[in-house]
Amino acid sequence: MPRVPTIVLLTLLLAQVACAGGAPRFVPVSGGRFVSSLLDGTRTVTVRVAPFAMMEEPVTEAQFAAFVRHHPRWQRGRITPLFAGPQYLAGWRTPTDPGDAGAARRPVTGVSWFAARAYCDSLHAELPNWYQWEYAAAADATHHDARADTARRNAILAALMHATGQRPGLIGRRPANLYGLRDLNRLIWEWVGDVGALFPEADGDLGSAGSGSVLRLCGGAALAFRDPSDYALAERVAALSMLAPTDASPFVGFRCVRNPGANP
Amino acid sequence: MKRILATAIALALGAAGFAGSTHASPLPAGWTCTPALCGAPQGKPIVEHLLPPPEVPPPITRRYPATVIVNLEAKEVVGKLADGVKYDFYTFDGTVPGPMIRVRVGDTVEIRLKNAHSDHMPHNIDLHAVMGVGGGAANSIVIPGHEAAFAFKALHAGLYVYHCAMAPAAVHIANGMYGAILVEPADGLPKVDKEFYVMQGEFYTKGAYMQPGLQPLDMTKLLDEQPTYVVFNGRVGSLTGEHALRAKEGQTVRFFFSNGGPNLTSSFHMIGGIWNTVWPWGGSNEDHNVQTISVPPGGSTIADMKLVVPGTFMLVDHAAVRMFNKGALGQLVVSGPEQPDLYRRLWNKPFPPSGTSPAPAAASSTH
Ligand SMILES: [Cu+2]
Repeated sequence: MPRVPTIVLLTLLLAQVACAGGAPRFVPVSGGRFVSSLLDGTRTVTVRVAPFAMMEEPVTEAQFAAFVRHHPRWQRGRITPLFAGPQYLAGWRTPTDPGDAGAARRPVTGVSWFAARAYCDSLHAELPNWYQWEYAAAADATHHDARADTARRNAILAALMHATGQRPGLIGRRPANLYGLRDLNRLIWEWVGDVGALFPEADGDLGSAGSGSVLRLCGGAALAFRDPSDYALAERVAALSMLAPTDASPFVGFRCVRNPGANP
Repeated sequence: MKRILATAIALALGAAGFAGSTHASPLPAGWTCTPALCGAPQGKPIVEHLLPPPEVPPPITRRYPATVIVNLEAKEVVGKLADGVKYDFYTFDGTVPGPMIRVRVGDTVEIRLKNAHSDHMPHNIDLHAVMGVGGGAANSIVIPGHEAAFAFKALHAGLYVYHCAMAPAAVHIANGMYGAILVEPADGLPKVDKEFYVMQGEFYTKGAYMQPGLQPLDMTKLLDEQPTYVVFNGRVGSLTGEHALRAKEGQTVRFFFSNGGPNLTSSFHMIGGIWNTVWPWGGSNEDHNVQTISVPPGGSTIADMKLVVPGTFMLVDHAAVRMFNKGALGQLVVSGPEQPDLYRRLWNKPFPPSGTSPAPAAASSTH
């Protein structure tokens, strides 16, 4: 019985988002057994990733603009400081307008983890957890796991460095991966739901000199990764794990995931 | 007896509160903190005036410990690696190397690190002059748009490397994120006429040496430790031609030379010169009459030379391929009158091949 109103609501909401930004499309990602690139302490982690659906592309500026217009409490200037710092959408022309001619194709960045989560929530979706993101991003156009491809790694790292000092590029310039997902690796860093748990022993206190987890990201980074020579991944994990959930960085955006059975 | 006792107590105190000596042989005076030398900071905090390389801040004339505030900013910048070649550098203050920091043994150094709003990566700083876990790295991690600060007491004099230690550290260093900090001994270093700051580092680019355009980092070359470029002060030609270092005959020059690496040990040499005085590891040990100094990644040397003849002197990493094919070359132009007693040309002429009929000996010729 309560199914109908939910679907109606969802459809209305999607229609609203679609007005300005175009509705996000979710594509199915088949699950599977997966060895994470992150170590748990010194242990290799093998996870069984359940099938899920993921947004084909990162959330765009236009889509996020539609969201904040519809949910004013997530607008810059109105958002509670508990949920976002001063950098939140700082580059936007107004609290509801990115002021970017490429807004429909540029990934939104400068959003806090809380705001990203709220956006996904509004679609009855959620932020991917790290293993989901990692699993999805491991695929190239023909392989489920292309992580060992040195040329690909090299190209990903080069793309990330190439972006020095610039705003993120536009979505869709590169072919989709085997699941139909685009721009997971080379455009931006993406929030994950469990970002605070990327290093399980993290005490969250950067001020404590000698904090093991932090040191693992410094000189001891070799201790944190199964393959320490996967530099692009190390850059990503370093960039994400240093963020507090209120931080907003001009290079950090997000996309959402949901149950594969959920309404499209 | 009383004096011996006092000395013993001072030594014991030194070992407890400071680095102190852990063995019998005496440390050179003024290079390591003692309670007498390194008490509480005095006077107002001093804000360090930072200069781009190869500039060196002036020697410290102050003879008491102070608090020195050092403001640094991590900046990701697109810059010139060689003529026509660009690279995405990670830097401190926009230059490779970052500015040289100069403090005095016993100073309390406050490092304030900002990360530029336009940056993408978190950065931090690990100074080898620090006695403390991570050299400050864990207490200075800053995401773009943030700043962090920490303080340390400079317990040991010497020339030290600082660098970003953010994961993957090899990448941050390979992108140019390093510099040097001099902790002067209590009475300073011997006075010289000119001081220069030079730092070696390698770059690993996708394109071959001097291939034009914006060159991305080549991860495979980095992992194989096979750089495309080995340069002084961040680019080919930073110290040649119009950027050559200059001095006058009769002057004594000092090089604060550090190696950012990330991987290669430098064989620091001046073609046509012998270092009169060298602090080979950048520490208190002093050596003389040295041709080439081995400087490891994350290591330093201080090298003095009295310039006795004029000319253009080449500053090199004597690993020959690096100087001829990878860019590790600088110039010191010395002006002044020729000194034929010290160095002069004698002749350059053909001589007969061996096996030909002996011509009359020129020297005994009666023609
Ligand atoms: Cu860095």
